[in-house]
Amino acid sequence: MTAVVASRRVAGGPGGLGHGAAVVVALTRRGMARMVARPSLVIPTLVMPLFFIVSFTGAFSSLTRLEGYGASNVYDWMAPYAALQGSVFAGIGGAASAADDIENGFFDRLLLSPGSRLPILLGTAAYSGLRSFIPTTAVLLVSWMGGLSLRGGPLGLVCLYAATVGMAIVFCLLGLTFAYRMRTVRSMMLVQVVGFSSMFMSTGQVPLHFMEGWLRVVAGVNPLTNVLQFARQGFLGPLAWSTTWPGIVALVAMVAVTGMAAGRSLGKMAP
Amino acid sequence: MAGPGLALAVRQTIELARRSVLAERRQLLNVLPGLVFPLLLAAVYSRQFSRALAMPGFPEVDSFLDFILPACIVQAVSFGATAAGTELALDIENGFFDRLIASPVARFPILLGRLAGASLVAAIKAAILVAIFLAFGAEVKGGPAAVLVIMAVAALLVLAIGGVGQVLAIRTGSQEAVAATFPLVFVGIFMSSAFFPTALMSGWFRVVAENNPITWVIDPTRRLVIAGWSTGDAIQAMAVPAAVTLVTVSLAILALHRKLGRP
Repeated sequence: MTAVVASRRVAGGPGGLGHGAAVVVALTRRGMARMVARPSLVIPTLVMPLFFIVSFTGAFSSLTRLEGYGASNVYDWMAPYAALQGSVFAGIGGAASAADDIENGFFDRLLLSPGSRLPILLGTAAYSGLRSFIPTTAVLLVSWMGGLSLRGGPLGLVCLYAATVGMAIVFCLLGLTFAYRMRTVRSMMLVQVVGFSSMFMSTGQVPLHFMEGWLRVVAGVNPLTNVLQFARQGFLGPLAWSTTWPGIVALVAMVAVTGMAAGRSLGKMAP
Repeated sequence: MAGPGLALAVRQTIELARRSVLAERRQLLNVLPGLVFPLLLAAVYSRQFSRALAMPGFPEVDSFLDFILPACIVQAVSFGATAAGTELALDIENGFFDRLIASPVARFPILLGRLAGASLVAAIKAAILVAIFLAFGAEVKGGPAAVLVIMAVAALLVLAIGGVGQVLAIRTGSQEAVAATFPLVFVGIFMSSAFFPTALMSGWFRVVAENNPITWVIDPTRRLVIAGWSTGDAIQAMAVPAAVTLVTVSLAILALHRKLGRP
């Protein structure tokens, strides 16, 4: 409703750039307001990554004793992984809110409103990206208590937040692709399976050279390995362009692919 | 009088257990994640933690697949463990429970039937998982007897966890409330010796893991797999979930009595 009202306030009429931006902002604000009104929505986004950081660092802390692990403190290795897992959940949560709107009929009213449908997509993605700040910050706070070090300086933090926002957007767009086609919140189960599996089959817990057989091949070509390398670099040492660009390319490519898929699904939806 | 009454209660329990098994068979999509996730975890962990096997403090084991087998079974059955509770909550929500209460069905079979059905499914799941692990090169050093113990442990774990679900189902009558217990089980598994030995953990996490009842179940079960048959380990592996089952099922029966005692 807020989105519709906001879009009508903008001068220039529907279809203009100003109108689109207003819809994006209104949808983002609506998502954030929904989260404030129903704090239970934040719990999975917050609890799961915190659980991951506690359990992974607790159970696998001795891995740092192995030669070539790449980190002397397990938090330096696991914190970016847990933060990225949290941002995946944040993204899926954003898509789930759109699926909820589809189920309760609000989405039909959005589709009937004048103007392009693209801002509807962008608004939900922007809300998901914003939402990812919650798990990332929570994981960082817990990890700092465990001795997390920021060897790459403040830019290392920027890399982590950029990666987590990007991942939230990717999984939001993927979730929207399913939600627009299947028109049910339950479709998010499938996206969770994809998110969980793809994170597990990356360098989340151990470096690539620790892996063997098929996992090494899969993790090597998994774009999330590049994103993890990009997000993690500031905690392991100074930043380097060679560990930055593959992550950025992977994120941009995933956003492009999932964005096109979500856009196509949205375009096929009848109002 | 007690004889025919008991026989009838057993027949009713079997019938309700059959209903529970049929419900799981009809909803295979609900059963699959319980098998797929633990297998995925086993497949990934066995390929990424092989270097850890040489660490001092790691039990002597041929492969990480052998080490992780009991953890995967516990994880797989925990997925379905809350089903006994959620099914009961669903029956309360849709009125079937009231019809059962109004019919000449004894009280215990209402609870035990579902639990028996869920625990039978868990034993079958455990057998399937062991077969898959064996196909991929794992070895159960304790032999067929150890496999039977693993199946019994799986069945008992479902009774123990399902009992908690039934208490919640009776008290709240809500599927959502019962389903909310699953993450707690998930956390319990991760904060145990399921995926890594406690000897290689440190600090408060190690204390929690060592005193976690799931560790008390997994460690002896694991020894049956990686070291060989030991009657002591077999008894310990089954005794812990059996004791917990006694407590949780008693609580469920008590909760049912209280519910039915209300005007």
